[in-house]
Amino acid sequence: MMRTKLNPMIAVIGIGVIVFLYVPMLAVAVYSFNDAKYGGYVWKGFSFEQGYLRLFRNEGNVLQYLQNTLVLAVASTVISTVLGTLLALAMNRFPWPRKIKGFFDLLVYLPVVTPDIVFAAAMVVAFTMLRYLSSIFDPGITNMIIAHVTFQIAFVAMVVQSRLATFGRTLEEAARDLYASNWYILRKLTLPLLAPGIFAGAMLAFTLSLDDFVISFFTKGGPESTTLPIWLQAEFRRGLKPYHHALSTIIFLTTVLLVLGLERLTRKERQT
Amino acid sequence: MGNAEDGAPGAAKLVGANGREARAAELEVKGICKSFDAVQVLREVSFTVRHGEFITLLGPSGCGKTTLLRILAGLEQADSGDVELLGKRILSLPANKRPVNTVFQSYALFPHLNVFENVAFGLRARSFANAEVNRRVDGALDMLQLEEYPKRYPHQLSGGQKQRVALARALVNEPELLLLDEPMSALDAKLRAEVQLDLRRLQRRLGKTFILVTHDQDEAMTVSDRILVMNQGTIEQAGVPTEVYEHPVNRFVAQFLGAANLISGERVRTGVKTALGTLRVRHAPAWERGTLAIRPERVRVAKGNPENNGIYAEVRELIFRGDHFEVFVEPGPLRLKVPPGVQLKVGQKVWLELPLEHLEVLAD
Repeated sequence: MMRTKLNPMIAVIGIGVIVFLYVPMLAVAVYSFNDAKYGGYVWKGFSFEQGYLRLFRNEGNVLQYLQNTLVLAVASTVISTVLGTLLALAMNRFPWPRKIKGFFDLLVYLPVVTPDIVFAAAMVVAFTMLRYLSSIFDPGITNMIIAHVTFQIAFVAMVVQSRLATFGRTLEEAARDLYASNWYILRKLTLPLLAPGIFAGAMLAFTLSLDDFVISFFTKGGPESTTLPIWLQAEFRRGLKPYHHALSTIIFLTTVLLVLGLERLTRKERQT
Repeated sequence: MGNAEDGAPGAAKLVGANGREARAAELEVKGICKSFDAVQVLREVSFTVRHGEFITLLGPSGCGKTTLLRILAGLEQADSGDVELLGKRILSLPANKRPVNTVFQSYALFPHLNVFENVAFGLRARSFANAEVNRRVDGALDMLQLEEYPKRYPHQLSGGQKQRVALARALVNEPELLLLDEPMSALDAKLRAEVQLDLRRLQRRLGKTFILVTHDQDEAMTVSDRILVMNQGTIEQAGVPTEVYEHPVNRFVAQFLGAANLISGERVRTGVKTALGTLRVRHAPAWERGTLAIRPERVRVAKGNPENNGIYAEVRELIFRGDHFEVFVEPGPLRLKVPPGVQLKVGQKVWLELPLEHLEVLAD
């Protein structure tokens, strides 16, 4: 009897929390259609012009920043996916003593929980020192890619490791018993089986890079390396206009699509 | 890739050698020792297998039988000892260079490959030509009645089908030696009995050497030419199934196979003095105090006091088992298997005979 009385309350609370979560995003989406040339939060009528069309006409050089963001995200994702996968394989398949394996697990897990701002400050120190060696480490897109790769690797390695753990070592032993060399096992067995995990890790790394502000901010150079989050932050001081909201809405929707794709992929994987 | 190609000629040479000297002692295992950390799992295990023999390593879990199999496959390193296959020492060869294939306990089928590609894996890894791969895989699928499922994936197969794919995947490579690690344990009891007979017929037809690991004594007796009973890292007894069953050498073998009655006693001039009286035995035991064994089905219900080894006992429990009655009597307690025709009642007093020819003197 208690249960049936409790149920509607829980449902109401649940819906309330969901509304709480999504109202801000909804507000941004609404204001992206506001016909307000100078911004502000007074509703002045519906318009594509002030929001999306100005954005697509490269308002404030936004297309350059979009390009920077994508170059940074794609380059860092490709590099970190390769390195993170190798790291996961090395940790999981080399016969490390148990204690060392546990220590490695901790080392990989730490960057995941390290606050971004601490990580960013560490990057600044590291690059300042490396700058004595080469001008490659001057602030700019290269530094940003290196910094992003550094924090993405841990995420990729964790996702790939959990996938590796699901199919254990027996299959590789079976392949070795069937005359396969290490390289053949990697190409024909391990990588195909890992593919969903590697892809999921790459998607995670990509979204993390896409919306990173803190680490990019501390490692960026001039306007030629500005990304969309950095640009939005700078513009915020001068007041946000409908095209800023339009940009936020587009980024949000893109992330949603990526996450849904990821979800679909893992669900399909679980069925087989 | 380089490694796989290096592997092919070596394996082919061994196959060739077999063709010429097929009657050689196939496998010789000498003094294999293995420890994991401080635990010794194999203690100087030695045995020989003839060509075309079906050998079973039988023992309880943890007796070292699977470790021994993995050492033969090359998936585990022995601490000391030697293994010769057709006169060639193989312990220094990695698993992928040995002419040995394994059927794994959980089958270890590759989930991303269909039945055909699973079976073809070992051939493709050695860069066999496509035509040869097709010919041999089709042959293996035919042999194991899988010809209708080449396009199925492992998750679409039943347990019995998976097991046949695992067999086909190993046999398609025409190994000198096939290792089977508890291949029936994932099947239900009824299917298991069928598959055991199939496996035995298959082995007879191919004339290949099989080594099977199991903890199931019925399975061991059904399929094997010889059984090696293992316990705590050593071979307790090796012999044909009837020999091991009828003449167990010690308490472990007597109890593990068919749960014999164990009767402890003391050596006296006329035989062995036990709680059931003084029993005559075929030959004088080497011990002062030790154990005799008799199978439940060998205890005879006598009409009167028999000439030898007669026991006057009371029936305490009577259990109907379909094709026989299981009977517990005192003194003892002794366990008997009695055919349904013999009428017994609980509380009844009967004469039993422990026939001389079936009363075994154990080593301990």
